[in-house]
Amino acid sequence: MNRKLTNWALGVGTPFLLVAAWWMFSENSTNTFFPPLGMILERFQALWLFEHFESDVMLSLRNLVVGYALATVIGVGLGFVTALMPVARWALDPLIHFLRGIPPVALVPIFISLIGFGIEMRLVSITLAAMFPTLIATVDGIRSVDSTLKDVSSVYRLTRAEKLAQVYLPAAGPQIASGMQVSLQVAFVVMIASEMLGSSQGIGAMTLLAQQSFMTSDMWAGILLLGVIGFGANLVFEVIKNKVLAWYVGSKRLARS
Amino acid sequence: MKLQEKPVTVNNAAAVPPRLEVTALSKTYGSGPSAKCVIEDLTFTIGTGEVVCIVGPSGVGKTTLLKCLAGLQPATSGTAAIDGRTIAGPPAEMALVFQDYSRSLMPWLTVRKNVRLPLRHLRLPEAELNQRINTALEAVGLAHAANQYPWQLSGGMQQRVAIARALAYRPEILIMDEPFASVDAQTRFELEDLCLKIREDFGMTILVVTHDIDEAVYLSDRVVVLGAKPARVLDVVDIDLPAPRDQISTRALPEFAEQRTMVLSMIRKPA
Repeated sequence: MNRKLTNWALGVGTPFLLVAAWWMFSENSTNTFFPPLGMILERFQALWLFEHFESDVMLSLRNLVVGYALATVIGVGLGFVTALMPVARWALDPLIHFLRGIPPVALVPIFISLIGFGIEMRLVSITLAAMFPTLIATVDGIRSVDSTLKDVSSVYRLTRAEKLAQVYLPAAGPQIASGMQVSLQVAFVVMIASEMLGSSQGIGAMTLLAQQSFMTSDMWAGILLLGVIGFGANLVFEVIKNKVLAWYVGSKRLARS
Repeated sequence: MKLQEKPVTVNNAAAVPPRLEVTALSKTYGSGPSAKCVIEDLTFTIGTGEVVCIVGPSGVGKTTLLKCLAGLQPATSGTAAIDGRTIAGPPAEMALVFQDYSRSLMPWLTVRKNVRLPLRHLRLPEAELNQRINTALEAVGLAHAANQYPWQLSGGMQQRVAIARALAYRPEILIMDEPFASVDAQTRFELEDLCLKIREDFGMTILVVTHDIDEAVYLSDRVVVLGAKPARVLDVVDIDLPAPRDQISTRALPEFAEQRTMVLSMIRKPA
């Protein structure tokens, strides 16, 4: 218990100390590229709370959430089809591995030329790029479902729908979740990249614009916000994952002890 | 004692009508020169309400045989039939308890939900569904663990969950693949008695594959002795031990020793 408390204090204390150090060392900074943290926070408040909250922050977040949700649904769905239908597997496997080899951000220019600079382009970019990690993890997860579990499902004559929803999906759950976590990061990166490359709205666009107009404090404020969002998104993901996969977390913990 | 000389495919099921009939069953994996014949020309029958054990040296293809019987794998030639109907896929009246309990239960479902899973598509009324689950869990002595997860239980308890799942399914034929192989001796005795109790309470026909000859003699009405590779029926031994059987007194009977020696010498005899 005491050890747990110490670890927790370390986890919270270290970043706190670093921020404090940043504050102190930057306080009298005259370097244009490293403005005082106080000034950055001032700009943070002025920019994001609440002037651009609706127009830019919410816009970015909406793109992230919608794109990521689509990527998950399509990724898991396609993963099932690819893993369970031999034809689809042979047809799609090489293609999937080729496409996932392309850095996600590199896809954005293609979509800009194909679809333009609108929200659709950003959504399509996020969805497509974020789909692959989930898709590949789903395929792997379903292919590694224990043969005994498949035999059990057959012997007890589970219907096809039951096999998919009650056996394959939960059995592949831990792997799918790992894929989804990578997808979340990819979605986040592509969300920013798509705004930086072809937009005047959104956190990414604002941050790039600030950098180009030498408003360094605004740029730092943007980066700070991105960090907070990324951290928060991952935190939310972990909480949900640990709830949904409580059986997995529990059995792993028991196996270790 | 003297070994009876019998033709290898004779069986003694004349008294009871055959429920499960295996006729000239063989199974070969692969084809051409690399083909591996696992089972060759197996013939035996099991009567309604009988407990029959299949014993044989390990690696002789017992699990393959069960997979053919359960309709999980097609036989290469010959047939397995229930009430005269050839088994082509998993039969509705059959349940199978797998050897590896840690892999045959769904770790994401509680004990109760594991037992419930095969019943979902039977569309039973809620009351009957719950009654079946409760009866099964009580029969294996796990009513108190219904809301735990399998991985929170000991190996013996997990295997009892698997048995409860089979019981709630109410099969007419219960097949078990080395069900007690990886539990400790005490639990093993308990599970063996549970198996006999199931036959009494539910009137099931039970087929158990085991490599433990004592266990086979203790449980069975008849023991099918498999030998050599590929698997063939060496003999079918009738076990005439009084019922009800008891772990202490039955195993102490001279007939028990006699019959286990007979089965053992058959297995160890060079084919």
